[in-house]
Amino acid sequence: MSEDPASVFRVEAADLLDQVEQGLLDLGDRLDDMALVDAVFRGLHTLKGSGAMFGFDALAAFTHHCESAFDRVRKGDVPATAELVAVILSARDHMRALVDGTAPSADGEAILQRLAGALASATRDGISPAATAPASALAGWQLFLRLPVDAMRNGTNPLTLLDELRALGDCTVIARADGVPPLSELDPLDCHISWDVTLRGDISREAIEDVFLFVMDDMELRLDPIAAADSPLVQPVSSPPAAATDAAVADQGLAEAPPAARAVGESVRVPAERLDVLMDRVGELVIAQSRLSQLAHQDGGVALRSVAEEVERLSGELRDTMMGLRMVPVASLFGRFRRLVHDLARDTGKAIDLVTEGESTEIDKSVIERLFDPLVHIIRNSCDHGLEGAADRRAAGKNETGMVRLSAHQAGGQVVITIRDDGRGIDRARVRAKAEANGLVQPGQVLSDAELLALIFAPGFSTAAQVTNLSGRGVGMDVVKRTIETLRGTIDVASVDGEGSEITLRIPLTLAIIDGLLVRVGDSRYVLPLAAIEECVELSPEQDRQSEGRSLITLRDRLVPFLRLRELFATGTRPDPFQKIVVVSIGTERVGLVVDQIIGNHQTVIKSMSMLHRDIGSFSGATILGDGNVALILDIGDLVDAARPREERLRAAG
Amino acid sequence: MSASILTVDDSASLRMAIRIALTGAGYAVTEACDGADGLAMAEASRFDLIVTDLNMPNMDGLSMIRALRAQPAQAGVPIIFLSTESDADVKAQAKAAGATGWLVKPFNPDQLVKVARKVLGR
Repeated sequence: MSEDPASVFRVEAADLLDQVEQGLLDLGDRLDDMALVDAVFRGLHTLKGSGAMFGFDALAAFTHHCESAFDRVRKGDVPATAELVAVILSARDHMRALVDGTAPSADGEAILQRLAGALASATRDGISPAATAPASALAGWQLFLRLPVDAMRNGTNPLTLLDELRALGDCTVIARADGVPPLSELDPLDCHISWDVTLRGDISREAIEDVFLFVMDDMELRLDPIAAADSPLVQPVSSPPAAATDAAVADQGLAEAPPAARAVGESVRVPAERLDVLMDRVGELVIAQSRLSQLAHQDGGVALRSVAEEVERLSGELRDTMMGLRMVPVASLFGRFRRLVHDLARDTGKAIDLVTEGESTEIDKSVIERLFDPLVHIIRNSCDHGLEGAADRRAAGKNETGMVRLSAHQAGGQVVITIRDDGRGIDRARVRAKAEANGLVQPGQVLSDAELLALIFAPGFSTAAQVTNLSGRGVGMDVVKRTIETLRGTIDVASVDGEGSEITLRIPLTLAIIDGLLVRVGDSRYVLPLAAIEECVELSPEQDRQSEGRSLITLRDRLVPFLRLRELFATGTRPDPFQKIVVVSIGTERVGLVVDQIIGNHQTVIKSMSMLHRDIGSFSGATILGDGNVALILDIGDLVDAARPREERLRAAG
Repeated sequence: MSASILTVDDSASLRMAIRIALTGAGYAVTEACDGADGLAMAEASRFDLIVTDLNMPNMDGLSMIRALRAQPAQAGVPIIFLSTESDADVKAQAKAAGATGWLVKPFNPDQLVKVARKVLGR
């Protein structure tokens, strides 16, 4: 394969620019961290070097100025300042444009001028960096503590001890796991972890010793005072031997989340299209395999059947491996929002913290790409509409810095992503007023709380009294909802007045192959996504007669509406004597689907519908069965929506 | 839910003083009158903290602590002992038996609550 060197460089440059950006953002928080300065410098240096090599001369020339500026910071000539970081951040954007070949050249000159200005003022202010060091260089203590091995067994909770230390002053705790024995020798009641604690503040030795009153005699406790003159300790004096800790953790195979975001391992870059082609082939293989299995079971001998079973196992493993290849941690997605929130904070003048959790959760690469825009929109909404200004937050008794929490975790075949802010929450009265003004609901119409909140996803809806350039003009949430639905995901919103709101996205792990349940309705077969299925029950002829016209069954004291797929698809066939109800759920809603027969599990390779059939509701795609026939894949969300009005009519009718 | 505390003491007046102090601080308190009684109660239901005297009839505090710690279910349950002697010998014995901490008699209610908070972390 012949690869274009320039395109290889572009990919590499994108990584480098991301690294530089992350480094700069971190540096913005910890201006005196020389390790970060070094990291940014290295990134710029490599970018300049490779840029020149691959003929990106403009990029090399421009980057050179930024590199020299950081070289001076690195050598201690100039202190890192917030202004300098901001200028280099915008310079980074310019470099990105140069890499992509889209930059207007005037932009660059302006940035270089700002860079010169920032350097000059930094030099002026920072003749003696010590003088500008923040006044937080308080005296404190550097502690090392190791509890007796039987401490936990005997009722001492190390966490409460550490909490007591935290209550004394500004506290950084680092756990050392180097004393932890291998899993085979580990007694879970033993305490093998020791701690390095940096405690800042004017704290007496007695106060610290009081914390350890009951374990003092048996424990190992070292107390070293930190002199006031010491520069502020960003890193504790003795940071743990990282390699040793990692090794210890790895030894025991503990389920510790790997630092996936930054980890650099042996890896091969493969264009995404090639993976897609491979995925397609695997899909074809799975289909061929199911035909083989079917044939072998119909009229094959033992030998053929055992081969068919082996092929089934192998293709299943191949499928799983293939899926694994396409999985990328959401860290790559979440990382991009740090910059967004940074910019939003600047534009809105609010102080905003972005907290991310579960970055090592993995999702299909193509899903990640398509999640970016919806998440941008939701996060913008949270920062712009959700979080209050500093004054309002103070008045409400909240921390002035608003928080947006982005978290991801896997639940079954889905990834759940939540975006939570601690702002004012969604103003229900205003949502209602707005919806009435737009004719989305009638005045006096009774809505449940969930229905009311769901109005924000209605087309053309925007609650911002003042439309800002951040949140756009109300083309937001309905587009977000549609995008999530095309990913076969769902979106839910919850909100508490004065405490904030939370948006939950549930996205299937992959778009290509799902586990499905094959059912028969009339003469045709259909596939239901297994992830949505809660249970299958029988609809006895008596129940069927009783429920005629009401279409409700009682399942564990709850009424569940059901749809007769035979009627919906107008099959014109007589019902089987023993019909089944497949109960599916979306969010909190449950709906039963009446089918004639449940055939069994089916590895479903999803084929999209042709252009002609794309707009048909109720079906999200099709698949090819073992015997070569086509089965349609039912769109659960659409069916539930279809059931809802019927159910409400029935409820209204009593 | 508030933390539940078992107090083991043969003196009814001291038990009452302990109960008043701890319930006043929002804890739920159960009483036992000696070591054997305390052991039976601790086996019957789960407590977040046990506060015990050392010198008691039937079964003394040290034996009770040893018996408790011998049971896997009681591992990690904090046990505070009360002692008139502040000498290191008694302390060492009780700690070897598996006690978590101690309080020297006489004590005032605030001290007791402080120790309970410290050990329970709430």
